[in-house]
Amino acid sequence: MYVAVKGGETAIAHSLDLLADKRRGDRDVAEVSLDQIDQQLGLAVDRVMTEGSCYDRALAALAVKQARGDLVEAIFLLRAYRTTLPRFGASEPLDTSRMVAERRISSTFKDVPGGQVLGPTYDYTHRLLDFSLAAAAERPAAPTAPCDATSTLPRVGDILEREGMLEPAPRSMATPGAGDAQDLTRQPMVFPAARPLRLQNLARGDEGFLLALGYSTQRGYGNNHPFVGEIRFGAVPVSFVPEELGFAIEIAEIDVTECDMVNQFAGSHDVPPQFTRGYGLAFGHAERKAMAMALVDRALRAEELSEAATSPAQDEEFVLAHSDNVEASGFVQHLKLPHYVDFQSELVVVRALRAEVEARNRQATLCQAAE
Amino acid sequence: MSDAMGIRDIAAGFIDSPHESQRIFRGVLEAFAHPGRVVTVVDAPAPPGALCRATAAFLLTLADRDTPLWLAPEFDTPEVSDFVRFHTGAPIVGGRAEAAFAILPHDQLLPFDTFSIGTDTYPDRSATLVIGVPALGVGQARIWRGPGIDGEASVAIAGLDPIFWLDWAANHSLFPCGVDVVFAAGSQLVALPRGIAVES
Amino acid sequence: MPDIPIQEAAYNYAYLDEQTKRMIRRAILKAVAVPGYQVPFGGREMPLPYGWGTGGIQVTAAIIGRDDTLKVIDQGADDTTNAVSIRRFFARVADVATTTRTEEASVIQTRHRVPETPLKEGQILVFQVPIPEPLRMLEPRETETRTLHALSEYGVMQVSLYESIARHGRIAKTYNYPVMVNDRYIMSPSPIPKFDNPKLDRSPALQLYGAGREKRIYAVPPYTPVKSLDFDDHPFEIETWSESCALCGSRESFLDEMIVDDTGKRLFLCSDTDWCQERQGEHQGEQPQEEPAK
Repeated sequence: MYVAVKGGETAIAHSLDLLADKRRGDRDVAEVSLDQIDQQLGLAVDRVMTEGSCYDRALAALAVKQARGDLVEAIFLLRAYRTTLPRFGASEPLDTSRMVAERRISSTFKDVPGGQVLGPTYDYTHRLLDFSLAAAAERPAAPTAPCDATSTLPRVGDILEREGMLEPAPRSMATPGAGDAQDLTRQPMVFPAARPLRLQNLARGDEGFLLALGYSTQRGYGNNHPFVGEIRFGAVPVSFVPEELGFAIEIAEIDVTECDMVNQFAGSHDVPPQFTRGYGLAFGHAERKAMAMALVDRALRAEELSEAATSPAQDEEFVLAHSDNVEASGFVQHLKLPHYVDFQSELVVVRALRAEVEARNRQATLCQAAE
Repeated sequence: MSDAMGIRDIAAGFIDSPHESQRIFRGVLEAFAHPGRVVTVVDAPAPPGALCRATAAFLLTLADRDTPLWLAPEFDTPEVSDFVRFHTGAPIVGGRAEAAFAILPHDQLLPFDTFSIGTDTYPDRSATLVIGVPALGVGQARIWRGPGIDGEASVAIAGLDPIFWLDWAANHSLFPCGVDVVFAAGSQLVALPRGIAVES
Repeated sequence: MPDIPIQEAAYNYAYLDEQTKRMIRRAILKAVAVPGYQVPFGGREMPLPYGWGTGGIQVTAAIIGRDDTLKVIDQGADDTTNAVSIRRFFARVADVATTTRTEEASVIQTRHRVPETPLKEGQILVFQVPIPEPLRMLEPRETETRTLHALSEYGVMQVSLYESIARHGRIAKTYNYPVMVNDRYIMSPSPIPKFDNPKLDRSPALQLYGAGREKRIYAVPPYTPVKSLDFDDHPFEIETWSESCALCGSRESFLDEMIVDDTGKRLFLCSDTDWCQERQGEHQGEQPQEEPAK
């Protein structure tokens, strides 16, 4: 009889077996190790950690392997694991001026204190397939320069801010011990959302979605004349205040990418013209994500800055309710579930409506014939 | 406070938390789903201080760090506050308006709207009051009507001043805002959600 | 690279941690206290995808215990893949007895149907809800719809139903048909066919609705009036079939239509598999024609 949507436990079990088999692929090819994924597909790991909102390279690499390289699926796996972990508290805000930067550039000044540091970037590669990578070979190590991990690297934004040219960074977000941060993985999103909650949503948001929205602002859908004040990538310490100690201790060092976008602002009644900020932060090395996030963050500040909010990227509910790829992927794909009961209801009504139309038409024809 | 009181002096909580709290929650849920019905809380641990067993079980099951708790003076004793802090982590607050849960005696009436009653857009942001009474199913019966009740129910709650029911009428008229009440006596409880109209 | 713990993490009873269960339980009590109002809750990421029942699963996980007997249906059937998967999940994480018999179940999690067998007092029906907001397709903004509910300002829904009558001569809405709960809140009954709406009205069972992705829980207590919206001159009516179930001969249940060959030959069967099987046991219904499955 009808078996297309009815599947017992056996069918599901077989499907899972097949999936595991496909994951492994041709057994004559060596199995990929988590170390290999971590080291050689590191940017995939970075994205999974960022949108999975869990900084753990090993778990993210495992998720990438389990998901056969489907990063949205890997993000889902990592999130579902993260949600079961106990919480010990909130760390102190990261101080990115203490970053040991591997890369740091500003497009607003020719040179900045601390210098322009190109670091590892695709920016200046010619996108020619490098056929030498097709074969395994010894790869020479890159030369390194000595690095002073003790000096701080001033942010370009801070320098502009001292001049009054750039709006101050919101202090409440930078005050240590300001109390428990709101967390949308614990509480439902409430609109209108405060900026910290918006930033958390964007940080977890789908890179492609944010990229398209950020791009749309550059094409006139909510333009705010962005400049890259600074992008930096490197390691920053994470501090935590254990209740029993009462002072901060360093518990880890993590790689982050930070983008300070500097945007034009015409000024308002109370504020003279100055530059405003859009902010982006991502785990690992993820400049596209951090920049897109910064553009969208700035766009979402339209109302706060008394700008007309007329474009999708400026629409808080629209952006925040649709940015999450785990939610979006689940709901789009749930259409694969059986819906035949609802469809049956529709069939009954559409048939009835069509019958009525046909009856009316027949009646009309009869009337015409009678005339 | 209770510096002299060590952990060994704190009344015991759940032994097998997931299962005990699940059973008690289902009892509370039954009470809310059937206002006026007397529900017995089985196997709840012995309560501290002046709390009755049902009230202590309610707190162990539903209170935690996210639910500020207000204690009427009669219950605000070291035995009770240590028990609450140790087993639930619920912050004990002095302001009634901040409380998610409040524990009151039957003979100390307080206007319901000094507690949080929620807002028109978020009526769920309201307090639940647990009121200790001498007995349930005893005393003058009143007619209750509303969601969860098939037609009407005749419910007796001992020890309440008639003024309580005038206050209740005012609370009910705020619907969907308003507080919810749980009456507790011994190991039994009865729920009175805000949607229930009581003939006074 | 840090090590990964080899053994599988030990999960709490019914998967959710106790703190999460308390949060959901508090939301459920609020939902019962304000029938039809959607209580926001801190929905967790579940190991199943959003849109596949994460809200219903969280509600079930927060209420279920070892004394319960669980039934899970999707489209009315116990043996559809998603129902099998969710039932298996709870058998595994909550050590709970499962059943396909409606009358034996203490908790029934459902997607898209209400069982045909009348529910009893003490049973809990948990609905999986994709879009909890009944006004969402008329007004996409949460800030707006929340205000409309606060003000009981439901004109937009009346207009939409009236437009349907003007266009089609009837209310052409067939599933997820909006209801008024206890004369206060318009509520989405979840995408059940309107055929099932009358079963919600003054049901002796407790109805809990969970929307995981949208992070809302709502409820209808037992014996609470649930009215399907309509107009005096266009009263609410449910689907009817001229056919009967090919397996049990039922004329009063919701029938699924199947295409059994490429000439478009149809076969009608009860959507509620338990109900159909019970009836087959009672009366020997006429056997369907043997038709090759597609």
